[in-house]
This record gives sequence, structure tokens and C-alpha cells, in this order.
Amino acid sequence: MELTRLGFLKLVGFATSCLAFGGSVWANSDQGGKTNFVTKPKGMLMDLTQCIGCKNCQAACQKQNQLQGGAYAEELSSNAWTVVKTVEVEKGSEKVKRFVRSQCFHCLEPACASACPVKALHKTPEGPVVYDAWKCIGCRYCMVACPFGIPKYEWEKTAPLVTKCLFCSSRLKEGQQPACAAACPTKATLFGNRDELLVEAERRINNNPNKYVNYIYGLKEGGGTSFLFLSDVPFKDLGFPTNIPNTPLPDYTWEVMSKIPGIIAGGGILLTSTYLLTHKNEGESKKKIEGKGA
Amino acid sequence: MGFKFHWTWSRVILLLIMAVGAIATFLRYSQGLGASTNLSDSYPWGLWIAFDVLCGVALAAGGFTAAATVYIFNLKKYHAIVRPAVLTGFIGYFLVAVGLLYDLGRPWFIWHPIIMWQHHSVMFEVAWCVMLYLTVLFLEFCPVIFERFRLEGALRVIHACTIPLVIMGIILSTLHQSSLGSLFLIVPGKLYPLWYSPFLPVFFFTSAVAVGLAMIVVESTLSSLAFKRGLETPLLADLTKALPFILVFYFVIKIADLAARGSLSLLFNGSYESISFLAELAIGVIVPASILSFRNLRQQTVWQFLSCLMVVCGVVLNRINVCLIGMSRSAGQGYVPAWTEFSITLALVSFGVMAYIWITENFPVFEDHGDKAGA
Ligand code: SF4
Ligand code: SF4
Ligand code: SF4
Repeated sequence: MELTRLGFLKLVGFATSCLAFGGSVWANSDQGGKTNFVTKPKGMLMDLTQCIGCKNCQAACQKQNQLQGGAYAEELSSNAWTVVKTVEVEKGSEKVKRFVRSQCFHCLEPACASACPVKALHKTPEGPVVYDAWKCIGCRYCMVACPFGIPKYEWEKTAPLVTKCLFCSSRLKEGQQPACAAACPTKATLFGNRDELLVEAERRINNNPNKYVNYIYGLKEGGGTSFLFLSDVPFKDLGFPTNIPNTPLPDYTWEVMSKIPGIIAGGGILLTSTYLLTHKNEGESKKKIEGKGA
Repeated sequence: MGFKFHWTWSRVILLLIMAVGAIATFLRYSQGLGASTNLSDSYPWGLWIAFDVLCGVALAAGGFTAAATVYIFNLKKYHAIVRPAVLTGFIGYFLVAVGLLYDLGRPWFIWHPIIMWQHHSVMFEVAWCVMLYLTVLFLEFCPVIFERFRLEGALRVIHACTIPLVIMGIILSTLHQSSLGSLFLIVPGKLYPLWYSPFLPVFFFTSAVAVGLAMIVVESTLSSLAFKRGLETPLLADLTKALPFILVFYFVIKIADLAARGSLSLLFNGSYESISFLAELAIGVIVPASILSFRNLRQQTVWQFLSCLMVVCGVVLNRINVCLIGMSRSAGQGYVPAWTEFSITLALVSFGVMAYIWITENFPVFEDHGDKAGA
């Protein structure tokens, strides 16, 4: 078959489209593959009704991250990324004790990450919100922004860093579960894929409607978090913040930040035209005035 | 061509304040933030952000207000206010940058936002605005330096750029003044509802315009008193005519916003927040707006000065309210700055005053000061 000029061009065109199509399929499949097998977002389900307050998770976190807070710290600090607090609450007519874990919730749209001016904090597709210490300038806006008050600072150091639970992201990469989940004797801290944990949480509530309060903490808070909580007493009584909007917090600032290009363009046009209007009668003298300077 | 500097008692005192500040500075950098300040995990931001940064930027607003009045709206009779206002703006912004060096945990990385971008972050915008506007203010002030050293060529170049520089300066200021309010948009659950509003950036900008004008008056009256070099009372009276309008506008949008969010009842609930909020409005808005609406009061130096000083205090209180008092309930505890924090803040202010004095004494900032070209 003789290859004409037109035919050749067609062939080249066809080959190019094949490459482009193949390329896009490859790119997509790569991403799809990741979502399905590697990066399906992880989460944790903390069922407070199953927590016995042994603080094994706290000790495991200390060990895993080489912290010096001691396994019995009562408050989060740069040396205690998770703590188990004992809270006395009224349940019906009786006083009961509950054990409440607190740590970073790994928000789906984290306020801390959107606040950081240098992208030292970011949400990974796997779930953890991680911290690139070398970027941090120490402005502490992340601490102000976090609705749960989670990031803590190394105040005692002269080159301090921000600290918080990192969802054991290095263990996750190796296919292991977080140290705290591995240490939990009752499965009160359960690790898994967030969507499956959600189904499990709903199942528990539906099977025991008299036991649980009908609320999954973390489902909607601030647009949702990777860590989910179940409880048999109202979350408010346990000290969970209950005034967090369901809108992702970064949306509040983006509302304004996204207008900046418009403000620059609009402002430039407005100011220039005002200037031209107010100076239009000056003709020759205008040059002189400008010449006289600021 | 030599520079002069006269020693007076007040200048000696300023210098002493700076000396104490130097000790506090040594403590800050040798011991870290924890040991040398009262900042904590509950109060990651304290006096330095509330006063040095938020108030510093607001009080430096005279620069863009004056430039807009004279160059954009072509009100030439106010020409004399531009140079002093730009100078204060420049010193103010310079001190904001220095204040940040104290506050940042890792100040040696202050340049990171230049190469590490996060355009969703208001802090990123703040960082860029400080850098760019500081540059613009410096360029706007350059004619004064070039005149002092009689650099004719450089003078011609910079004059050609005046208008673009002024426009850039106004846009940057608008962004920056409002962005300091936007910083708090991300804390809807933490900031007390009297202050939290989606209109925070608008409030910050409007109050900055007001305080810009007020600062020009305060500063000018003080320099007339201190070294017989300032602007005349009638000119300032004329300038302050605009203040009541801006203040009333501010007042109306503040109240309308509270009403729209259903928070009006919080105004008189007797909490410390409501008292602080009312104080801020009374001192900074209602009283000065009332005084300045009377023509004969406006024309007397004393009333003019006092009411503008009140506007300044009101805005300072507003920034402290938003950054510290309004956040205290969610922080679960109070915060009183350590002596080192006060000392460094005072030292920075003293440095600013000294710099202002020295520059106005040695450079043609005020009109009567050997500036033959007219300015
Ligand atoms: S809980 Fe706080 S620190 Fe953790 S991801 Fe959410 S905003 Fe960031
Ligand atoms: S303190 Fe560090 S991590 Fe936090 S917002 Fe500032 S630069 Fe980012
Ligand atoms: S996930 Fe890892 S870092 Fe987070 S609390 Fe558990 S052990 Fe600590």
C-alpha cells in the first residue's frame, strides 16, 4: 500500500489521538488504582462506651512518637498528642464516669492546613493531616484556626515546632494500623476505611438505639472528620465542642480570599478612572503637579 | 550635609525604654517564647499580634488615606499631609515586620512565604501585603530622600512613577487592612459573636480609613507641640469633616450586622465582652463622631486632638477585643502579657517615635522645611 501524504497525516493524527487517549486512561487508572487500593481514606472509630480508661493508647502514642509527657498526662501538650480524660457525667439520675480520648480529628477539610501560610500542614489522600516541620515559620495561625484546639506548641524550645497527632502516617504507609489502635484492648479505638467505619457506626446505633445517643460525632463537624465518635451520653456533657459549623471552615476564608483578584482589578480600574476624572481639567498643569512629587 | 540630633529629656526616656527592651529582646531569643512571655497553648497569639501587628497596621493607615485624598481625589490643599503620613506609614509597617520577628517561633524562616505558596491562607496574604506595601511606601518616600541629597536624576524617575505607586499602595492597603479582619473568619466557634461576623474584613477596612485620618491629626498636633513643626489647625479641621461620616457609616453597618445575626441582645447582657464592645463603640465611634460634627469644636485644637485620639484608642481597643478579649471565653482562661512583652512593644513604639523625630528633623518632610520645589 502506498502511503500518500494525506494518508500519512491521517496516520500521524490517529497515532497521536491514540497516545493522548491512552495517556489519559493511564493517568486516570493510576489515580483510580490509588483510590481503590492504596489511598482509600482511612479513619478511626472511637466507641466511648467500650473505653475502659486503661490509657494504653496514650502510652503507645508516647512510645511511638518518642514523647516525654508520661502516660498519665491529663491535657494535650507538645509532649502528649493524645490523652484519655475521665469525665463524670449525669446519665439519667445517676452519676457515671466516662473516658474521653482527645487528639487531632484529621478533618476532611482541615482549618489548620488552610490557615498555614507556607503549606506546612496538609491533608493526605490517605487521611492523615501531616506536618512538614522544615517549612513552618511558627506563626501559630494553625493553633488559632483549629476548632478543636488541637495543635500545641513547643513553648520551651528556642526553635519550637507545632505538634499534634499525625495519625501515625508513617505506620499507615507501611500498611500498619496506628500505634494507639493496635494497643487498644477493647477495640474502643478501631482503625479502618472511613466509609466502612461509618457504616459500622450506624449499625451500632441502629442495633442499640437505647444504648447510644443518636449522633456520630465527626460525621459533619467542620465538614466532617476522619475520626468518628460514638457515645451513650450527650457529647456536649463530655466536653466535645458542639458549636462547630457543618460548613468546612476553610470555606469561610475562601469566600473572601477568592475575591482578591477581583479587588485588585476592580480597584485598579476604579482608582485610575477616578484619577483621570478628577484631573481631566488640568491638561498642561497636570504634568507640573506630578513633577512636584510626593 | 551633616545630620543633627538634639538631646531632650523625653528623648532620653525613649532611649531608656529601648534599653530595657534590649534586655527583654535578649531574654526572648535566648530563652524562647515559653519562658520569656505569657503566651501559651490557650493563647498562641498575645500582645504582639494584637497590638504590634493588628494595631500597628491600622495606625499606619494614614499613608494610603492621605495619598488617596491628594492624588486620586485631587484635593491639593491637603498636599502637606502626604509626606508625614507616608513616613508614619513606613515606620509603622517597618515595626510590624520587626514585631513579627519577635512573635514568630522560627523568625529566620520569615521569608518562606515568598517561595512556599498557600493562596488559601489569609496569613499568606498578610505576609505578601506587608512585603509589597513596605516596598511601595519606601518608594513613595524616596523623593524626600532624593531631595535631601539633591539626586536630580533619581528624583525625576521616581516622580514619573508617583501615580502608579499611589494606586498600588491603595490597593495593597485595602487588601491588607481588610485581611487582618479576614484572619478571624476561620474561628466562627471561637470568637465571641459580638465580634465574629462575615463582614470582619469590611469592618477592619472601614475603621482603618477612620483611624488613618485620626492618626494624621494626632501625629501632626503632637509634632507641632513638640518641635513646632506640623500642620495648621484649620487644615486639620477641614480634614476631620469627613470623620463623622465614616464613623457613622461604621456604626450603622456594625449594628445592622448584629441585628442581621440576631446578636443585638448580647449588647447589654452585662458580660465582660458586652462591656468591652460598648466601650469600643463609645470611645472610638459615638463620642468622637458627636464632637466632630460640631463645626466650632472641630476648629479648636484641643477638641480636634482629643476626639481623634479617641478614635485611635477605639480602634486599638477593637483590635485587642477581636484578638484577645473576644477569644478568652473559648480559650477558657485569661491572659495578661508578661513584662517582657510590654517592654518590647513599648521599645518598638519608642523606636518609631525616635525615627520619626530624627527623620523629620533631617529630611524635608514638612512643607516649611526647606523644600523649595514645593512638594
Ligand atoms: S482537628 Fe485541628 S489540627 Fe486536626 S486536622 Fe482538624 S483543624 Fe487540623
Ligand atoms: S505555625 Fe507553622 S504550621 Fe502553623 S500555621 Fe504557622 S507556619 Fe503553618
Ligand atoms: S494515631 Fe498515632 S499519633 Fe495519633 S494518637 Fe494514635 S498513636 Fe498517637
